[in-house]
Amino acid sequence: MAENGIGASVKRKEDNRFLTGKGNYTDDINRPGQAYAYMLRSPHAHATINSIDTAAAKSAPGVVAVFVGQDLQADEVGGLVCGASVTGKGGEVNKAPPRNVLTMDKVRFVGDPIAVVIAETLAQAKDGAEQIAVDYTELPSVVSTSAADKPGAPQLHEECPDNVALDWELGDKAAVDAAFASAHKTASVDLINNRMVTNPMEPRAAVGDYNSGTDEITLYLTSQNPHVHRLVMSAFMNIAPEHKFRVVAPDVGGGFGSKIFTYNEEAICAWATKKINRPVKWTADRSEAFLSDAHGRDHVTTAEMALDADGKFLALRVSSQANMGAYLQLFSVAIPTLFHGFLLAGQYTTPAIYLEMRSVMTNTAPVDAARGAGRPEATYLLERLVDVAALEMGLDPAEIRRRNFIKPEQMPYQTPVVQCYDSGDYAASLDKALANADYDGFAARQAEAKGRGKLRGIGLSAYIEACGVAPSAAVGSLGIGVGLWESAQVRFNPTGGVTVFTGTHSHGQGHETAFAQLVTERLGVPIENVEVVHGDTAKGQFGMGTYGSRSLPVGGVAIANACDKIIAKGKKIAAHTLEASEDDIEFGDGNFTVAGTDKTMNIAEVAFTAYVPHNYPEGVEPGLDEIAFFDPLNFSFPAGAHVCEVEVDPDTGTLEIVNYTAVDDFGVLVNPMIVEGQVHGGLAHGIGQALLEGCVYDDDSGQLITGSFLDYCMARADNLPSFNVDYAPTVPLHNPLGVKGCGEAGAIAAPPAVINAIVNALGIKHLDMPATPEKVWRAAQAAG
Amino acid sequence: MYNFNFHAASSLDDAVAKLGAAEDGTLMAGGQTLIPVLKQRLANPSDVIDLSGIAELNGISASGDGVTIGAMTTHAAVATSSDVPAALRAVAEGIGDPQVRNRGTLGGSIANNDPAADYPAALLGLGATITTNQRDIAADDFFTGLFETALNDGEIIKSVTFPNATKAAYAKFPNPASRYATVGVFVAQAADGVRVAVTGATDCAHRGPKLEAALSANWSPDALDGITIPTDHMNSDIHASAEYRAHLVVVMAKRAVAAAG
Repeated sequence: MAENGIGASVKRKEDNRFLTGKGNYTDDINRPGQAYAYMLRSPHAHATINSIDTAAAKSAPGVVAVFVGQDLQADEVGGLVCGASVTGKGGEVNKAPPRNVLTMDKVRFVGDPIAVVIAETLAQAKDGAEQIAVDYTELPSVVSTSAADKPGAPQLHEECPDNVALDWELGDKAAVDAAFASAHKTASVDLINNRMVTNPMEPRAAVGDYNSGTDEITLYLTSQNPHVHRLVMSAFMNIAPEHKFRVVAPDVGGGFGSKIFTYNEEAICAWATKKINRPVKWTADRSEAFLSDAHGRDHVTTAEMALDADGKFLALRVSSQANMGAYLQLFSVAIPTLFHGFLLAGQYTTPAIYLEMRSVMTNTAPVDAARGAGRPEATYLLERLVDVAALEMGLDPAEIRRRNFIKPEQMPYQTPVVQCYDSGDYAASLDKALANADYDGFAARQAEAKGRGKLRGIGLSAYIEACGVAPSAAVGSLGIGVGLWESAQVRFNPTGGVTVFTGTHSHGQGHETAFAQLVTERLGVPIENVEVVHGDTAKGQFGMGTYGSRSLPVGGVAIANACDKIIAKGKKIAAHTLEASEDDIEFGDGNFTVAGTDKTMNIAEVAFTAYVPHNYPEGVEPGLDEIAFFDPLNFSFPAGAHVCEVEVDPDTGTLEIVNYTAVDDFGVLVNPMIVEGQVHGGLAHGIGQALLEGCVYDDDSGQLITGSFLDYCMARADNLPSFNVDYAPTVPLHNPLGVKGCGEAGAIAAPPAVINAIVNALGIKHLDMPATPEKVWRAAQAAG
Repeated sequence: MYNFNFHAASSLDDAVAKLGAAEDGTLMAGGQTLIPVLKQRLANPSDVIDLSGIAELNGISASGDGVTIGAMTTHAAVATSSDVPAALRAVAEGIGDPQVRNRGTLGGSIANNDPAADYPAALLGLGATITTNQRDIAADDFFTGLFETALNDGEIIKSVTFPNATKAAYAKFPNPASRYATVGVFVAQAADGVRVAVTGATDCAHRGPKLEAALSANWSPDALDGITIPTDHMNSDIHASAEYRAHLVVVMAKRAVAAAG
C-alpha cells in the first residue's frame, strides 16, 4: 500500500476550507450588477388560476422584471421533464403530465411557483411579489397516497386518469399465487414508508450570469450533477446550446438526492439572466426548501410471505402505492419500480416474487430519489415482513434469515427480479453483527432493564442494495433516458503535479481525498501533488454526477483507468529516454525502471519530458493527459447486517437506542475514516426516518404541516448512540477496484432494524414509522 | 422582513416614550420570537424598540426570601447563576438551545406567553411576582390566555421575584422537533403550601388543583396514582394528542416530585 493510498484513513483535504469558512457555495457567489429573484408560490394545494395581475408589481420600487409562465412560453422555454419512461401493465408507458417552469393553468401543490419577481434587492423582490394579484378558484385536493386513486378523488392531470401515473408489475404472479395456495404458513404486514424531506444543510440556490459579449450563460447552482443539469436544460428546455452554456456546481452542502433534479428556479435564473442581461440570483430559504425540494419515500404497502414448514420463503407478494407528488420529477417513476422492485429478493433465495406498484399523483411536492431511493423501501418491507414471518413460525429472527440466505457458493446469483448479485456472504455479515452486538447476551440485558422499568428489545436487518449505478445498456433497456457510465481525466502538469477531473460531484462525500488516494496508489505521486476537480462543465469532460453510491465504483474506476493510460504512455517515454525496450519497463512506486537494472525515471520526470519533448519517442504525442470513460458491467451489491437494541420507557413511550451494530460489506475501503463517516451519516438518516422524521400534509387543506424544523424532526446527536461499525468484505466480480459503495447503506439498513427492535420490545407485530413517543406509548398500553 | 424604525431605548421611561410615539410599535427583548416572526413577514411593526441597553433590567439579586431576576436577564445567565435555586436554573438550562439561551430573556419569554414556554410554569409553580414599570402582578394573575398576559399597553416588565421553596423541580417532556414543552410540570413545596403548574398542555400555563390537593396530602409521586386529567382543554397536534398530553401531565408531575425529593 502506498502511503496515503488505498486503505489509509487520510484526513480530508477539503475539510481545511470547510472548517475555516473558506468554502465557496452558490450563495457565496455574487456577480457584478446582480439582481435577486423571488418566487411567488401557490398558497393553495389545488386551484385554477383565473388571472395573474403583475402590473403593480412591475412598477414597485426596485423591481427589474416580473415574469409569468407565458413569458417563458413566448421564449419557447420548455417544461421540466421526467427522464424515465417505465413500461407498466399492458405495455403502457408511464404518463408524463407536462410541467411548465411557471405554472399557468392550475396550481397543484402548496409551493407551486407561478411568477418570479426580480429586483435590486431580495426585500424589494418580496415586496413586489406582494403586489401581484392572483385570482384563484380553489379546488378540492388530495394529499394521501392511499386516497389518491380512490373513486371520487380530486383529479390533478387530465393525462393521468384516477391520478395514476403508472400501474406497474414485476414478477410471476401465477407462480406466486400458486406458492401461497400451497404454503405451510403465510405472513403479512401492512406498512407505511413515511415521507421524508431530505433537508441538506445548504438550501438550493442558483446564480445565472449571461455574458452578452460571448453570448454565453453561466449558471452556478446546487447540483449533484452539473453536466446532467446542462444537458436537460439544453436538450429539453431550450435555455442555451451546451457549448454556450456553462454550469458550475461549486461547493455543495449536501444533496441526498434532492439536488440531482432540474428545478424551476434554476431554469429561471439561467433564462432570465439573458432576458434582462443582468446576473440573477435565487436562494431558497428553509421554508421554501420544505415546500419545493423533491421529497422522498411515501409508500403504502401490503407485503406477504409464503413459507414452508422449515421456514423457507416460497414466495413474496407485494402490493404497493407510491406517491409521486403533483408532478413527475427527473427520475420519480423509476424509483418505486426499478430501484425498488429489483431489490425485493433481498439476501434471500425466495424463488417467486410479485410486485404490483401504482404510482399516484397527489397535491404535494414532487417525490423522487432520496438517499437509497427505492432500496430503503424494499429493504424496509422485506425485513419487517421477515420478522413477522419469524413470529408466525416461532423462529428466532436470526435463524429464519440464515435458513433463507443466498450462500456465497451460489454467486453469481440470479434473482427472480432482474438483478444478478455478483458477490456477498450474508451469513458471515450476520454472524459478525450478532457477535459484535452480543446477541446471545440480550436476554440478560432485557431482564436487567425490566428491573429498571424499561422494555428492552433487539432487532435485525439484513439488507442489500444495488449501487454503482449503472450499466448504461441495462438502464437504457429499462427506460432511463441516460447512460450511467462515468468519466475521468488525469492530467500531469509539466512540473509533476496532477490534476484529476472527475465527472462525479462531491457534496460532502470526500472525493477530493479518496480520489487523490486512488491516484497516489496507482501512480505513486505524493497525495499533496494531486488535485481533484469537479463540478464545472467548463473544466473537464462530460460526467454523470453523484448519486446511487456510484462515485467510487464507477467514477473511481474511470480514474484508475485513466491512470493506467498514463502509465502505458509513460512507459513509451521512459523506454525511449532510458534506451530500453518498452516491454522491459516496469512501473511501481512512481518510477519507471528498466527491469533488472537500476536505470529508472520518476513519473514527474516522464511528465516533464512529455511536455518538453526534445528527445522523444517517434510517433508518441507530446503531453501526459489521459481521459477514460467507464461503463460498469453490473451494479455493485453492498450488503450487510445491522443490529439495533432499544429501551422503551412505557410510561411516556420515549425510547433510547442503547446499542447499534453495523457490519457492512462494501468491498475494499479506500479511506476507512470517510467510510465510517458515511455509515454514521446514513444511520442518522435511517434512524431519523424510523423514529423522528415524517413529512405531513393536512388531509383537508393540503397545507404542509411539517413546514419547518419546529415540526419536522431531524435526528440530533442526542437521538443517536455511539455506533459500533465493522465490515465483512467480499470481492465483487465486476468491479476492477473491488469497491461497492457506502453512502446509502445506513439509511437503508437502519429503519427495519430500529422498528424490529421496538416491535420486539413491545411484543407486538408492527408499528409504523416514525415511531413517535405517542405511537410507542399507545402500543405499549395496548400490549399491556 | 419589512422595514421598520429601530430604536435603542436608554431607560424604561425612554422605552415607554418611544413606544407611545410609535404608530404601531413593539418592544424587543431577546428577539427569539420576534425576529423569526419579522423574518417571515408575519408581523409588520412600524417601530421596534430594543430594551437590551437598559441596565436596570438586567441582573440577578438574591435575598433571604428569594431571588429577583431582571427582565432582560438571559436564560444562560439564570442557568449559570449560583444565586438562583436549582429548580429554576434547570428550567432555564432546558430552554431551546445555546443560541436561544444566550439571547432569550426571562421578561421576553413571559411577556410573549407562548403556551409551550417553560418559564410560565416556573413562575406559577413558585408563586412569583412580576414587577412592571406600573405595578406588581402575581403570577397567578399574569398569564391570562393564549399569548395573552395581564400587561397593559405601555407596561414593561422590570423583574420577577421568585420566593424560596422548600422543595421544587420541573419535569419537561419536550416536543421532539422544537424541544418546546409538549408538557412541562413544575412542582413546589413552600411555607404557604404546595403549588403545581402545567405548561404546554393547554392554551396557557395554569395551576393543577387536583395535583396540588393530592400532593398537599402526601408529597410523593405515589400520591398522584390514579389521578386523571380531563382532555377537554388539552392541545392536540401531530406530535401529541389531547389524551396523550393529559397522561403526560400526571407522569411529568410524578417525575417532578421525585426529582424534588
